[in-house]
Amino acid sequence: MRHIISPNDLSIDELNDILSLAGRIYRNPKLYSKLCDGKKLATLFYEPSTRTRLSFESAMINLGGSVLGFSSADSSSASKGESIADTIRIISCYADICAMRHPKEGAPLVASQYSKIPVINAGDGGHNHPTQTLTDLLTIKELKGTLEGLTIGLCGDLKFGRTVHSLINAMVRYPGSNFVLIAPRELKIPTYLKKETLDAKNIPYTETSDLESVLPELDILYMTRVQQERFFNEEDYIRLKDSFILDNSKLKNAKEDMYILHPLPRINEIATEVDDDPRAVYFKQANFGVYVRMALIMTLLGIEEPKQN
Amino acid sequence: MLNIGGLHKGVVIDHIKAGCAMEIYNYLNLEKVDSSVAIIKNAKSSKMGKKDIIKIEGPIPADLNLLAVLDSNITLNFIEDDEIVKKEHPNLPEKVTNIIKCKNPRCITSSPTERGLLHTFKLTDPEKRVYRCIYCEQKFKGQM
Repeated sequence: MRHIISPNDLSIDELNDILSLAGRIYRNPKLYSKLCDGKKLATLFYEPSTRTRLSFESAMINLGGSVLGFSSADSSSASKGESIADTIRIISCYADICAMRHPKEGAPLVASQYSKIPVINAGDGGHNHPTQTLTDLLTIKELKGTLEGLTIGLCGDLKFGRTVHSLINAMVRYPGSNFVLIAPRELKIPTYLKKETLDAKNIPYTETSDLESVLPELDILYMTRVQQERFFNEEDYIRLKDSFILDNSKLKNAKEDMYILHPLPRINEIATEVDDDPRAVYFKQANFGVYVRMALIMTLLGIEEPKQN
Repeated sequence: MLNIGGLHKGVVIDHIKAGCAMEIYNYLNLEKVDSSVAIIKNAKSSKMGKKDIIKIEGPIPADLNLLAVLDSNITLNFIEDDEIVKKEHPNLPEKVTNIIKCKNPRCITSSPTERGLLHTFKLTDPEKRVYRCIYCEQKFKGQM
């Protein structure tokens, strides 16, 4: 039995297989619509999430399965002091697979140690969010046609932004990746990530706080919001939340085939006027998230793919 | 010069950073062993200026390798029949459980519902002696 706790739990071959399967599902979703008939996905969400939870539920329903779960710690036995180990032992009796989001880092790993069903980490605090990474990779692969040789700009909160950390860890596995790290001084990427991931693998990167000047170089611009929930101090949040705002005038210098991704939700870091630009693919990205979760559920449940006609 | 010949059989934990012997004593749970234990504080050292030493007579406590996690300078002198038979630095263990604690307030180990969870660290970079919490990947910064 497999669990997906970190994006790097998948080998590069497994990762490519899932992305290819997701691509096939995207092109012919009907073919996959009954594959999980009778199977149940439990969504164990100890903190609020709209996109990720509904995306998982939508993925399972698209596969013909059903879903059960809770959407906040208050509505689960955690509010009575139940441990994760006990909760997952119980859920293992009710469902075939589960997706867990928890505000504490490492909670899904604890669950996987006691679970009898595959556990998918649906986000553990500021730590990992592997299905967001899979979503990002599928979006890039489907739209750019490759994951190799790309210059990726990551902009916003690079310190606490788990999606950014996971995407870097995933993209360094593809040859030719080049990163442009765009952040205010206080939200720069953690040193350990630079040293242990980028420097250790000789991956080229530049750091800047000037978004406009680097836009013309980018194949992908990955925008992130400054997340209020990751700050202990509200003053710092207020000071930094408007650091970068992408609008149409800034985009004038960007390549015609550069794509703008965002893990969403957006606050104000991308002006709504950008939504109509064909390079703005963040809503399409949310759509790819469903297909990649379908592929992951199928893979972890060991469901065979039907033959293409 | 300190005399370590006083031990007939046992181990001398040498080159402990001065002032840290009690921490080592506590980590090894030496208050629970029946053997004679001597703690020497602020002994003169040509290498370190001053150092602490712990001498343990009799059976050797379970896993001395975990000392490498706490203090990379420590030397272990194993004594048999009044002689030093082996002198070594403790090897870094691949994994340590409930020896060091994760101090990340965002880590699941800090959750009140997970009181029984073992604090486990993995050696992720033997060269730089880096240990990370298996749950949140926070680096252990507690070298004495």
